[in-house]
Amino acid sequence: MSNARAAIFQRLNAVERPTVDLSQRESLSVFAWDKAERIRRFTERMQMVRAEVYHSDREHWLDTVAEICQAKGLNNLLLSAHTEWGQAISQNTERFPTLKHYEHSIENWKEELFYDVDAGLTSTLGGVAETGTLILWSNPDEPRTLSLVPPIHIAILDTEQLFSTFAEAVNTQGWLEQGLPTNALLISGPSRSADIAQVLAYGVHGPKELVVVLVSEMLDE
Amino acid sequence: MTTEFRIDVEKALGKTEVRAHFRKAMDTLMTNRRHQFPDDAALQALRHQAQAIRANALSKLPELLEQLETNLTKNGIQVHWAETTDEANQIVLGIMQKHNAKSIIKGKSMVSEEMGLNHFLEERGIEALESDLGEFIIQLDGETPSHIIMPAIHKSKEQISQLFHDKFPDIPYTDDVDELTASARRILRDKFYAAPVGLSGVNFAVAETGTLCLVENEGNGRMSTTIPPVHIAVTGIEKVVEKLSDIPPLLSILPRSATGQPITTYFNMISGPRKADEKDGPTEVHLVLLDNGRSTIYSDPELLATLRCIRCGACINHCPVYVRIGGHSYGTVYPGPIGTILEPQKEGLKVHGELIQASSLCGACGEVCPVRIPIPDIINRLRYDSVRKDTEHTNTRDAGSKRKPLEAAIWQGWAWSAARPSVYNLGGNIATQLRGLVPNKVGAWTRVRSAPKLADKTLHQQLKALGVDHE
Amino acid sequence: MSQTTRPDTIYFFGTCLIDLIYPQAGVSAVQLLQREGIKVIYPQAQTCCGQPAWNSGYRDEARKVARTQIKLFPKNIPIVIPSGSCAGMMKTHYPALFKGEADEAEALNVANRVYELTEFLVDVLQVDLTDLGELVEVAVHTSCSARREMGVADKIEQLLGQLAQVQVKEQAYKAECCGFGGTFAIKQPEISAAMVADKTMHIRATGATQLISQDCGCLLNISGAFAYQAEHEGKTAPKAQHIAEFLWERTQASSQEMKP
Repeated sequence: MSNARAAIFQRLNAVERPTVDLSQRESLSVFAWDKAERIRRFTERMQMVRAEVYHSDREHWLDTVAEICQAKGLNNLLLSAHTEWGQAISQNTERFPTLKHYEHSIENWKEELFYDVDAGLTSTLGGVAETGTLILWSNPDEPRTLSLVPPIHIAILDTEQLFSTFAEAVNTQGWLEQGLPTNALLISGPSRSADIAQVLAYGVHGPKELVVVLVSEMLDE
Repeated sequence: MTTEFRIDVEKALGKTEVRAHFRKAMDTLMTNRRHQFPDDAALQALRHQAQAIRANALSKLPELLEQLETNLTKNGIQVHWAETTDEANQIVLGIMQKHNAKSIIKGKSMVSEEMGLNHFLEERGIEALESDLGEFIIQLDGETPSHIIMPAIHKSKEQISQLFHDKFPDIPYTDDVDELTASARRILRDKFYAAPVGLSGVNFAVAETGTLCLVENEGNGRMSTTIPPVHIAVTGIEKVVEKLSDIPPLLSILPRSATGQPITTYFNMISGPRKADEKDGPTEVHLVLLDNGRSTIYSDPELLATLRCIRCGACINHCPVYVRIGGHSYGTVYPGPIGTILEPQKEGLKVHGELIQASSLCGACGEVCPVRIPIPDIINRLRYDSVRKDTEHTNTRDAGSKRKPLEAAIWQGWAWSAARPSVYNLGGNIATQLRGLVPNKVGAWTRVRSAPKLADKTLHQQLKALGVDHE
Repeated sequence: MSQTTRPDTIYFFGTCLIDLIYPQAGVSAVQLLQREGIKVIYPQAQTCCGQPAWNSGYRDEARKVARTQIKLFPKNIPIVIPSGSCAGMMKTHYPALFKGEADEAEALNVANRVYELTEFLVDVLQVDLTDLGELVEVAVHTSCSARREMGVADKIEQLLGQLAQVQVKEQAYKAECCGFGGTFAIKQPEISAAMVADKTMHIRATGATQLISQDCGCLLNISGAFAYQAEHEGKTAPKAQHIAEFLWERTQASSQEMKP
């Protein structure tokens, strides 16, 4: 409707622009949190919204994920075979439930994805401590629905990429320079709603359970 | 002489149970918000920042809309423009028809309520399914939302339980919230699976990167914008922000103001349809930009602040009028304080002019608005617009339409005598004038209060007698 | 804008509501100020700040009246007003009312010199009060204008805090509007009635025997509702007073009462 476009722009352009005080625009909250403090805050925030958080390291994370799968009685686990984590898991199939790999477009196997997948495992681009948040960027290896459709989402977060604030993540990781992906996602807990008489309920449409495995270089005991 | 609005209001005020329900809900939302802002200085700084970000975007609105369109298009998102809700509906219909789609699954969108989209599509044989739990509930009951964030806030748990059982008789009656939620999840999962088209709103549209940002807690927004092969987003032209760096402060203040959450469960940033090597996501993404009176609001430097709104609902949660009359009494898409200033400007003062009288100008709304919209000042300005004679000096729709000769004459009389101390000091004169202002409505005062009594001696007289200097 | 230098003379703007219905509050306020050694000027030509017309959208009429008021304060000294509502009108709304007018500068000058009474007593005069009264439990209602336009909710609390025999009982929803809103009570009487019903209920629940406020508009509304409920429903009603009247009564030994 180019008529509508032209009419709208004509009305907007006819207006004398207001001057705006922009002095407050750029201020950023900055926190002097060290890594241990970021991990602590991230964990606290996540646990407050019923996400499970495990602290692990490069040596033990595989064990942790295997234990989680067992504890939840998973029949299968959906993941990418191409990520660092996915490769390691795929080379140790005996320790895990049946592994399913997200190899095909969703159209080819939608029914199975929706009705026969117990859990999805993804890597993460990073995390935010202030709000207890995971950052996921969609890509060909880990499609969006991997962290959305299965009722359980297991996410692995490298604590080197755990930032204090969202702004810090955007700046440090150079989101603008890299260009945003099809879908950049912040996940801060399992799916929830308070729409029924303001009573909190979990697992509305997104995953009912969110499990985060924090992987540090070395665990500080 | 009463009005339709006041009749509706009186009915709403009589619903004691519903009022208690609203009271509890608003108290919870206000408390939760307070807990999120323990440091007042930090809160005020963040409000000023959010105001600056939104005001900046509005000051460059045409340029940013152009930049947004360019970058969205570069990203593969198709941009459509609609002056009216009718045009917007036609655009959505066109896309649906192109794909032979008979149903659309909706994430939450207040602009789609503005469009009356569901009704429009249903009239043309297309099913519009709400997937947000609150919207799903009210759709089952054939109602409209009573709050912009929590659409089913007027419904009790018992009412919802009964509704589910009535509409889905195969599911045994339950009032357990987890069970009700699980039922909704099951029912809607099938719908997400099969829907040919998904619809969403937009919380922020980033011009710099051509990105549509969405906040939500349930995951239905992600589902609606990821599973169906076609995604249509609808939003108002005022929702654009300039830079990616504008997003973190806005995301910081929106959920905390709205529901007292530090952040919503999901924050979804969409910058394009599925790429060739990607395995899921819609292959077609559309954005419909709706004007519907916003460009007129834009033309007034004082009323422009209305467009800063980020639709958090904090004003609604804090309003002493809203908590007592509920959202439906307003008879508008947007209720509460934001509705009070937006709807008369969007739809005209003739049809919604009374809303601007339904405020005591207490200022609780302006105090919590994350982008510092001076709502009471705007209400006052709209009152002026509704009765002014020089309607050529304002673009507000139906300006002057509420001017009544009797009321105007009374204020003119009041001004005449109040500007003349000797006249004014004849106290009885003024009292008569004040009573003449609304003859039967002072009657309304005495329905619940004793009548005011004029003092024997005015302050003027007493201070004169006490020898207080007068210059 | 707080001026800590103590003036020796001030203007007093009594407000039309106090003039006609609560003159004792105005007399008490003047006496409080004079007792602190301040010379009070009360321009007899004052009538009304114009707020009723301003809130009804009749800006030309409001300006006609406001225009005559601003001429009454030629000396560059503070203007003290025993009302958060009227002080708020002059201080925060006169700038908009006079925008672009020939006398805009004059109006701004007046606006910048306005103090609400309790603000002036606490911030400028730094009064030090001694309670001569009996033990009493009071509830405080701060008007929305005093709270949000003038930002002086803490001033009335501070003054009452100086009185050793006065115990302040806090009512639930104390920051919520009482439902007066000037013409709002007349134009939307149903909503206003619902608001004042809740307000009286919450104040009564404190058990306080007195209700104190910086604003007579709110007092007119709330005490009027209390009186009606006392007469028609037999419910208890606290005694309502403006803060000036209450302070004068509590701190002034009766032999020092001013005589006309």
